[in-house]
Amino acid sequence: MNTNVTPLYRRRKRINQLIMMLCQLATVIGFVFLFAILFTLVTKGLSAISPSIFIERTRMSGGGLGNAIWGTFLMTCVATVLGTIVGVAAGTWLAEYGGKGVMAKVIRFINDILLSAPSIIVGLFIYAVVVVPMGSFSGWAGVLSLTVIIVPVVIRSTEDMLRLIPNSLREAAAALGAHRWWIIVRVCYSGARAGILTGILLGFARISGETAPLLFTSLNSNQWNFFDLGSEMANLPMTIYQNMTINAFIPDLVALAWGGALILTVAILILNIAARYFSRQRS
Amino acid sequence: MTADIHLNAKRDTGSADPVSQPQAAPKLRVDDLSLYYGKFQALKNISMEIPERQVTAFIGPSGCGKSTLIRCFNRIHDLYEGIRTEGQILLDNHDIYDSGVDINLLRSRVGMVFQKPTPFPMTVFDNVAFGIKLYEKLSSREMEERVEWALRKAALWEEVKDKLKQSGQALSGGQQQRLCIARTIAVKPEVILLDEPTSALDPISTGYIEDLINELKRDYTIVIVTHNMQQAARISDVTAFMYLGNLIECGDTTQIFTQPRESRTEDYITGRYG
Amino acid sequence: MATTNAVRTESGLGRLSDATRKRLQRKAQIDVWFERVLYAFAFAVLLLLGAIIASLIVSSWPAIQRYGLDFFTENRWAANVEVFGALPAIYGTLLTSFIAIAIAVPISFGIAIFLTERCPGFLRQPLGTMIELLAGIPSIIYGMWGMEVLAPLLRTWFPSVFPAGTGLATAGIILAVMIIPFITAVSRDVINTVPSVMRESAYGLGCTTWEVARRVTLPSVKGGLVGGVVLGLGRALGETMAVTFVIGNNLFLNTTLTGQGTSIAALIANQFSESDGNQRSALLALGLILFLITFVVLAIARYLLRNSTGRHA
Repeated sequence: MNTNVTPLYRRRKRINQLIMMLCQLATVIGFVFLFAILFTLVTKGLSAISPSIFIERTRMSGGGLGNAIWGTFLMTCVATVLGTIVGVAAGTWLAEYGGKGVMAKVIRFINDILLSAPSIIVGLFIYAVVVVPMGSFSGWAGVLSLTVIIVPVVIRSTEDMLRLIPNSLREAAAALGAHRWWIIVRVCYSGARAGILTGILLGFARISGETAPLLFTSLNSNQWNFFDLGSEMANLPMTIYQNMTINAFIPDLVALAWGGALILTVAILILNIAARYFSRQRS
Repeated sequence: MTADIHLNAKRDTGSADPVSQPQAAPKLRVDDLSLYYGKFQALKNISMEIPERQVTAFIGPSGCGKSTLIRCFNRIHDLYEGIRTEGQILLDNHDIYDSGVDINLLRSRVGMVFQKPTPFPMTVFDNVAFGIKLYEKLSSREMEERVEWALRKAALWEEVKDKLKQSGQALSGGQQQRLCIARTIAVKPEVILLDEPTSALDPISTGYIEDLINELKRDYTIVIVTHNMQQAARISDVTAFMYLGNLIECGDTTQIFTQPRESRTEDYITGRYG
Repeated sequence: MATTNAVRTESGLGRLSDATRKRLQRKAQIDVWFERVLYAFAFAVLLLLGAIIASLIVSSWPAIQRYGLDFFTENRWAANVEVFGALPAIYGTLLTSFIAIAIAVPISFGIAIFLTERCPGFLRQPLGTMIELLAGIPSIIYGMWGMEVLAPLLRTWFPSVFPAGTGLATAGIILAVMIIPFITAVSRDVINTVPSVMRESAYGLGCTTWEVARRVTLPSVKGGLVGGVVLGLGRALGETMAVTFVIGNNLFLNTTLTGQGTSIAALIANQFSESDGNQRSALLALGLILFLITFVVLAIARYLLRNSTGRHA
């Protein structure tokens, strides 16, 4: 049995062991960093969390994050609804009608670019086309910038999921005499529903944590603003940002920022896990 | 369950039609049909007749064009770009490629069952009701009756009557294929195209479906593509042999299998190639 | 065929009842409008990109006209004297991103190889899921951690290298931590697309784990791996929140690795809301530059990823 153990083989084996050790080291380093962040987040965040953080509005001294949490929730929801309408429609066109045409290729490429475009650019864009003409920062401007960010996510997942529907199902429905729109609405959407919903949830999670596009659109506010999207809207990411920068000299506000960060992260993790659950239901 | 079976809510042909066809007349007539995928000619000047209320089987080696041909009968090719046809196909003496033809109505008259079962992602009941709802407005009671009728016709009712609210995709392969047949029957087409309907099934399910085809030919014109010659011999009245896009021979099944006129047909049937 | 013409009717297929004909017409009309409406929405995506570029060009035009090419050579951004040079911000953007890539790529590939080739079965799924979940944490969290934990640590441990704790290298490290989960998740995905037969046949020849990865697995998904890295680079280039807290916000060009500096996104985030006139226009011009840089990078990533899996943003 030992005839195979040549020096060359021993060297190969040593190299293999070394590289595998480095890979394990990389895994340890990576996870140490990520756990360190989660650890800081939880220890600093938990101490700030109390029932009042959800109920009271933001103040210069103490207070809570109630208005900011509500504002983020409201703007994210409205943006998700708008983004779903646009994204599902455009994604359906790409998957069902666009095919391999030039127009579909161009739109697909542009969508991929928008999918990863810097979010601060989106904020600048909405500032230029909405805030300047309207003359003021507003919840609507925030909603629109979040919509611009979620639309590509929804388009992508809608198209991908519709493409997973086998052509044989479309043929079978057509062979019964169904019109194309009806095939799409009844057959394709019922097959792709779970996947599209997953995409929407992931998009929802992503935009709920976006800060940069809100800097010059919805701005922030320390008042309760329940439904008036026409004026400035409080939101969680901006509140965290301001508490960590211009208000960083007030220890209470920094503590609140960590509390807010924990709430935001937990919410996003829950959304991500829910999205996974939905996509598992599909298969 | 009996009175409404032959009522045709979606169109009033029948006696009002000035050209009432005698029983033996062809249901479908193919006239010098050619089909091109881009530059490739997949069907070459095919002419033939498909008799009403009989089973016509297409046999031939893979890639010979038999599926391509029957997919012309309900113009399912129209879903894709780059496919061009020349010649005519007449359904009850009307050219189905005529510009005035409503393609969806055509497909409701010429139904199709595919090689792999294609249950839609919805319940068993909704699968069958899907096609009915396209052309008829039925009360929920009428709809239930019609679904039951179609499932009974497809010999599936006993197996699924307690599972109507389950997903159609949860059934076994053989049941799924019969569900697809029930879905096609439910629309009450005149012609049923079957594209290798048993090639993905086990022998028992295949037996069920062959019995079913025998049963269905009393009411429907049936066209079946099969790669299984025994199956063609067992269930068809007319057999057509195709090779490399040409229709080599078409005639009475017994004649084709016992005294083929063409040597190529004989070679294929006796297994010299294919 | 004489009778054929005699019975040809509107539908071409026998006579229809009025009700059926109406329904068919209506449905056919919906078919047409359905596609038109969907197309309009798809076309809106095209318009959106056009509108973003156009609005940035229009609103930064005054600055482009006024500063011209000096914008790229001036090495400071001084609002009080209205001297605006993009150099410090461009330098900071590129440097922090390359530091991030240099750190993140070996670690990410290491994790991906470990997860796909070596990880014990019971840990494979949980660790993979965890990585994907971590990729979803908002970037502001990374920035906060960098400011409150990493920067003080660096200042205490390496006072000579990081006198302030914050700086370009610190920002690069934070960006690396942020894109590690992303690059790892993409790499793991593309590696998993390699059919196991390929891997098995290489093992069957007596290859070690590393040799299988190096000679068989990684080369066969090279495009996907590089595409994932370039997508990560795109993220790092445009990232605002993770960077703003720790980059130091020094507006004069400082061509060191660890010194304090700024990036395009950080500069815009810090100054835009309190700016006007030339400064605002100059900031928008910076935004345009950032968009063009990321556009090129993302286009490259798309080209490389085109033929491999594309599940990730």
